[in-house]
Amino acid sequence: MGIVSPGFGGRRRGGAELPPGQYLTREFPVLSAGPTPQIRTEHWEFTVTTETGERYKWDWAALTALPAEEITKDIHCVTRWSKLQTTWKGVSLDTLLEDVETGADFAMAHSYGGYTTNLPLEDLLDGQSWIAYEYDGEPLDPEHGGPARLLVPHLYFWKSAKWVRGLVLSDTEDLGFWETAGYHEYGDPWKEQRYAGD
Amino acid sequence: MERTAIRRRLMWQVATVTDVRRETETARTIVLDVPDWPGHLAGQHLDVRLTAEDGYRASRSYSIASAWPGSDSGSTIELTVERLPDGEVSPYLVDVLKAGDPLEIRGPVGGWFVWKPEQEGPVQLIGGGSGVVPLRAMLRAHAAAGSTTPMRLLYSVRRPDAVIYVSDLKELAGSDDVDVRLVYTREAPAGEPRVGRIDAETIAQHAFKPADGATTYVCGPTPFVEAVADLLVAAGHDPAQVRTERFG
Repeated sequence: MGIVSPGFGGRRRGGAELPPGQYLTREFPVLSAGPTPQIRTEHWEFTVTTETGERYKWDWAALTALPAEEITKDIHCVTRWSKLQTTWKGVSLDTLLEDVETGADFAMAHSYGGYTTNLPLEDLLDGQSWIAYEYDGEPLDPEHGGPARLLVPHLYFWKSAKWVRGLVLSDTEDLGFWETAGYHEYGDPWKEQRYAGD
Repeated sequence: MERTAIRRRLMWQVATVTDVRRETETARTIVLDVPDWPGHLAGQHLDVRLTAEDGYRASRSYSIASAWPGSDSGSTIELTVERLPDGEVSPYLVDVLKAGDPLEIRGPVGGWFVWKPEQEGPVQLIGGGSGVVPLRAMLRAHAAAGSTTPMRLLYSVRRPDAVIYVSDLKELAGSDDVDVRLVYTREAPAGEPRVGRIDAETIAQHAFKPADGATTYVCGPTPFVEAVADLLVAAGHDPAQVRTERFG
């Protein structure tokens, strides 16, 4: 079990409901690689590009006209904070991908500002992910990815791409922004998949 | 965005504390000897893991304060840790850990908020509080590499006694290629009348101009980084040239 640090007691701010190595926060920390993009909803669009190059597109009116869901989930950041029972509103990826013809295994999420993150497509389906545009009953703050972000609560939160503008589907797995910089390609918080090789 | 390929398994390893240095009332620099340290880039961080006697563990990430290889010789790296009032790990690192103690670490991590000597163009560093730590690593890397690329630091602190690396910054500021500018938000030293946050005027006066093509690194508490990054973008800086690192 490694070395003991004499005199270290710890606050035990974690709990049984948290993945290993996480601590609980009531704040909502902000982590991004650059300035916060300011995207007006009238300029916003979301595209899905399949492995054959087919493009599907939604503007803000089209997105918000789709059936939305209220989502209450715990979220876990690789920097070790977890936040319990966060509430969101958004459109399930099941809804968005319903008519998309694809046999792809992987998706790369692309954001305004240039951020990318890779996910297996199956992790986006079956009620596991959303394009979220409200947090705690309010429009999503730009700092937290507004007007809309990907929400994939079962993976570390860097997978929940802020300012999302599209998905590119592919038969092969490429690495996104943090994954290329040494973070885990999948990022399961319960398995503590923080860095490459974990 | 730039791609950096650093993909290998990170293992926990035991470092030995060789020295501790009080920087301010709340911050301390810990000098570590790491026998198998693979080296790092200025701006990267590492994880520290503490284990209590009953096996309970807590880990946190800290920016590396020293360059590699740097003026700090051999297998030595430095961390500077600020004690958080409600912290679980930082009070131990700042107040309890002492020279001779072992410390478990894992790293280095991060490939975006880094500066490499071979990178082209001027460099603007903007730090708030202990956000200066990874920026200090960049300044040290700049000095260690003998780089002549202009590097500027804008450092926002509450008051003179909150300045981390006072003597180090004075020494670095003596170089022709380095400019260090302190901005005091609460209380300024004698002869420095201006007290206030970094604003559009500070940026216009002391930072590189958008046309200079500088890469800008902003690190500090979230509200600080948000405000500074917004000011830079409003002043015409290319958002793709602005890299940020936020504390919680």
